[in-house]
Amino acid sequence: MRAGFLPKLLLTPSALLVLVCVYGYIMFTVYLSFTASTMMPSYELAGPASYQRLLSLENWQVSLVNLATFSVLYIGIAGILGLAFAILIDQKIRAESLFRSIFLYPMALSLIVTGTAWKWLLDPGVGLEHTLHSLGWETFTFGWIKDSEMAIYCVVIAAVWQTTGFVMAMFLAGLRGVDSEQINAARVDGAKTWQIYLRIIIPQLGPVFVSAFVILAHMAIKSYDLVVALTNGGPGRSTWLPSVFMYQYTFTRNEMAVGAASSVLMLIAIGLIVLPYLLSEMRKVKNG
Amino acid sequence: MPVAHGSSGPATRFGIGRVILYAVLIVLAFFFLMPVYVMVVNSLKPLDEIRSGNLMALPQAWTFEPWLTAWSTAQIGVQPTGLRPYFINSFLMVVPAVAISALIGAINGYVLTQFRFRGQHLLFALMLFSVFIPFQIVLIPMAKTLGILGLAGTVKGLVFVHVVYGIGFSTLFFRNYYAAFPSELIRSARMDGANFFEVFSHILLPNSAPIIVVTVIWQFTNIWNDFLFGASFSDFSSYPLTVALNNLVNSSTGVKEYNVHFAGAFIAALPTLIVYLLSGKYFVRGLMAGSVKG
Repeated sequence: MRAGFLPKLLLTPSALLVLVCVYGYIMFTVYLSFTASTMMPSYELAGPASYQRLLSLENWQVSLVNLATFSVLYIGIAGILGLAFAILIDQKIRAESLFRSIFLYPMALSLIVTGTAWKWLLDPGVGLEHTLHSLGWETFTFGWIKDSEMAIYCVVIAAVWQTTGFVMAMFLAGLRGVDSEQINAARVDGAKTWQIYLRIIIPQLGPVFVSAFVILAHMAIKSYDLVVALTNGGPGRSTWLPSVFMYQYTFTRNEMAVGAASSVLMLIAIGLIVLPYLLSEMRKVKNG
Repeated sequence: MPVAHGSSGPATRFGIGRVILYAVLIVLAFFFLMPVYVMVVNSLKPLDEIRSGNLMALPQAWTFEPWLTAWSTAQIGVQPTGLRPYFINSFLMVVPAVAISALIGAINGYVLTQFRFRGQHLLFALMLFSVFIPFQIVLIPMAKTLGILGLAGTVKGLVFVHVVYGIGFSTLFFRNYYAAFPSELIRSARMDGANFFEVFSHILLPNSAPIIVVTVIWQFTNIWNDFLFGASFSDFSSYPLTVALNNLVNSSTGVKEYNVHFAGAFIAALPTLIVYLLSGKYFVRGLMAGSVKG
């Protein structure tokens, strides 16, 4: 039915809010990134100076390297574990829903809670190291969180713990949709379970791999809360991510244009990952 | 599809493979439960027991003191108020924000699926992409807007922000749900003379319970757990619980009261954990709807 006045009227507030507060604000931030804004916005254009400054800043380079390390490990480990968990759960086990719930519950927690729990778990003075010492294993050391070379891996551990269940749920949904005829045929031919997974099932999960990658990659780029709660960017700046950089430069270091430029680059990165995915999903829906 | 579903499949026999399978699952389950176990156990210990003992042990001298401290006397910022006022802030933020965004989502879903107008696909695509944007990109102009509206540093301001950036998700949920709704029902109601609101309130809404639950749970979890907006747009009087918890844990000078931190973290986790335990099925549906778009 053609939309009359009333439906359009009811949709208008949402449409306006999204257009203004999402896309208008994006344009505003892009504009700011081409000014020389410091503590307050300035509206005089200054060309790409803030981008040049951004790219030359060591803090930004460290953030990018950290993001690369973090994303590769986080996406890789959470992806592989998620698939492995899904396969384990899929073996017609008892108490399936109990296991599923246990692997998935961290998703319901605030990353600040997760960060707090892991902060003290990984802290050598009170956590794992301390605990094993008190149990008699005196030589055990695990001080990654205090080590600027290793602290980023602590962020990976906590993030993987938080998200693996989510990836598992995605793969489980995929597994349950795999055509069972082929599997039965292979079974009749005497194929082993692991062969069936490797040759028949996993190749059919292509779309789930893509979704999982997109979701995890965009979560990695947006990661902020966990770093703040777990390491607060430290030791030093060793666990800074672009999100931390953006917040620091915009709100604490009074370099708003540089902060804006960094958020624009974050948006572009996410756009490059998410837009092709969204477009192909929408096309699928249209055709199907 | 479960591979093991064939009754003659090898996996249904209770062999060594099964034992290993369960052993692996149980070890993993312990690993996943461990952080919450550690939080709870150590929130019930006196501080010196944490320092001298180990994190995995049960308390020797059980105490509820850390919970009381975290709740009502811990120093957060300037005042020793505990987390209580911030817990209240979070509720004052989350209840209206969830209610409003669910309502908006239902209306948008209705209009976007039952009516045709120019640009509707583009509009939906724009709403959909808004779900993915890194919110850093809107922080500066939103801070300015809240200032102009007089909402800076208020719980109302946070409600506004969460409603705005919740439109994408709630619209997505309801749109996909109503798109699968039998259109004959709506058509025949229209034939019988039902107007715009009657179709919505008599036909669609009474059949929307599942998606309302999904949306409410999803929005509740997201908004309750938000940190970035809370940290950017609130002040001492309006901090949501996540920001207060982070302050408690990270800005405390002097003695680190791990037991109080764990109690505080658990207090912050409790509402969403309860929701998850009561309605995990709907939580998963929200997650899935959020991951497989279209």
